[in-house]
Amino acid sequence: MPIKFENVSYTYSPDTPLAKKGLDKVNFELKDGSFNAIIGHTGSGKSTLMQHFNALLKPTNGQIEIAGMTITADTPNKNLKNLRRHVSLVFQFPEMQLFENTVLEDIAFGPKNFGYDKEKALTSAKYWLKKVGLPEEIGGRSPFELSGGQMRRVAIAGVMAYEPDILCLDEPAAGLDPLARKQMMALFSEYQKEGHTVILVTHNMDDVADYADNVLVMEHGKLIKEDSPKEIFKDRKWLQEHHLEEPKSSLFAAKLTNYKFKKLPLTIDELITGIENNLKR
Amino acid sequence: MSKILIGRYVAGDSIIYRMDPRGKLLATILFILFVFLANNPVSYVIVTIFSFVAVVATKLKPKIFWDGVKPLIWLILFTSFLQLFFTVGGTVYWQWTIFALSSYGITNAVFIFIRFTVIILISTVMTVTTKPLEIADAIEWLLKPLKIVRVPVDKIALVMSIALRFVPTLFDETLKIMNAQRSRGADFNNGGLITRAKAITPLLVPLFINSLETAIDLSTAMESRGYRGDQGRTKFRVLRWSYLDLINLAYFILLLILLLVFRTH
Repeated sequence: MPIKFENVSYTYSPDTPLAKKGLDKVNFELKDGSFNAIIGHTGSGKSTLMQHFNALLKPTNGQIEIAGMTITADTPNKNLKNLRRHVSLVFQFPEMQLFENTVLEDIAFGPKNFGYDKEKALTSAKYWLKKVGLPEEIGGRSPFELSGGQMRRVAIAGVMAYEPDILCLDEPAAGLDPLARKQMMALFSEYQKEGHTVILVTHNMDDVADYADNVLVMEHGKLIKEDSPKEIFKDRKWLQEHHLEEPKSSLFAAKLTNYKFKKLPLTIDELITGIENNLKR
Repeated sequence: MSKILIGRYVAGDSIIYRMDPRGKLLATILFILFVFLANNPVSYVIVTIFSFVAVVATKLKPKIFWDGVKPLIWLILFTSFLQLFFTVGGTVYWQWTIFALSSYGITNAVFIFIRFTVIILISTVMTVTTKPLEIADAIEWLLKPLKIVRVPVDKIALVMSIALRFVPTLFDETLKIMNAQRSRGADFNNGGLITRAKAITPLLVPLFINSLETAIDLSTAMESRGYRGDQGRTKFRVLRWSYLDLINLAYFILLLILLLVFRTH
């Protein structure tokens, strides 16, 4: 079932002196099983938008159709657990949410809340511990004995362990070392290819170019463009006007002034192929 | 949670905003003491007028002050209610077992009501127009005489400013952890008392751990910037008295004189 935002607006603390507009008439539709990236600079409404996906915030105006539910301003809080079972959010620095005595129990917390019995929750926890690239013996240790990167993986495993249909990620790789970053992104990409929808909020344009097939650009709470990465990164002038970066590969290609590229290379592989083609001529 | 207004600073610009926080703090404390001098209708009218002048001088919307009184409205009404029906004396208008409506009761109830309201109003004027850090500075200044009896005033002041600095940070962090655990299916609002108390563990444990980690990081950062305890430090935020503060204190001294003249002895 596709995700549909219709005229969604959100105002923080409405009717008070501190009222502030977070989202302004946002409209879009995301396909099932797609990898979506949300970009835009700080304060553009990305995180506000993300918190609407599992109704941590409810729109002040407009409606959202997601996972078979319709969310409006009047949606009661009661039935949201069912929505959150299908739509999961990984916040920035998710290692902050760890609290259980052991790593496995922490990963099993989500599944248990969503109705898995104890044994099944632990099996799932063990499976996902391995999936995020951690050795099995870590499972019995306290999450607070781990390194920052390991804690991040445990936290991510804890959110994926009940296999939500829609996975929303807010800068999941921020502050990770290059290898860990690559592993995590590959994990999300694999998860998407298994048929789940992934939504990624990021500042890293290389990740957008490498993994996304649909990009949403936010500015001042408005959705200003929605397209494929190829189309988004085509218009250099537009990107500069909106203070957005380009992937390193396309930047590099632009520096090779006497080379001709059939299509703008967005990933390193495309760049290499492009250069090779130029050298052959 | 975002509705709580006590202790919140609201940006604005008026005479009161430019006053020295020490003067404002002193004036607030004095006012609370002075209010208890009032004991007849005339003196209560004077107190009410004086506090309303202060409220108007902030140039803020009345709604902000209403928000300040609102959380305590039931306490005020309850106390006034007790005064109303349990005071004996004067002309008795109505009586039923222990409940009695007398002229003394009515005046007492009105007095208590005014006393509560003006104290809240003046405290709100002070907190709304003064930044928390300024209040901390003012408290430090007021505590200074205690140095003679070896109270570590500088350290207390540092603790206060750090604590105040981290109130918004902790608040944001709490909200973030709550949202993260909600996303994992935690439920903070449903169930009985015990279920709810248990549900708070996923919130409290991370909050404690993060606070301790922040404390360690902050102390290291302070040390590496050359902090060596409270001795021999200078002050960057210097407070300055201006004629406004003299007016401010003169205003409350005038209130004191008027109350002393008009109260019944």
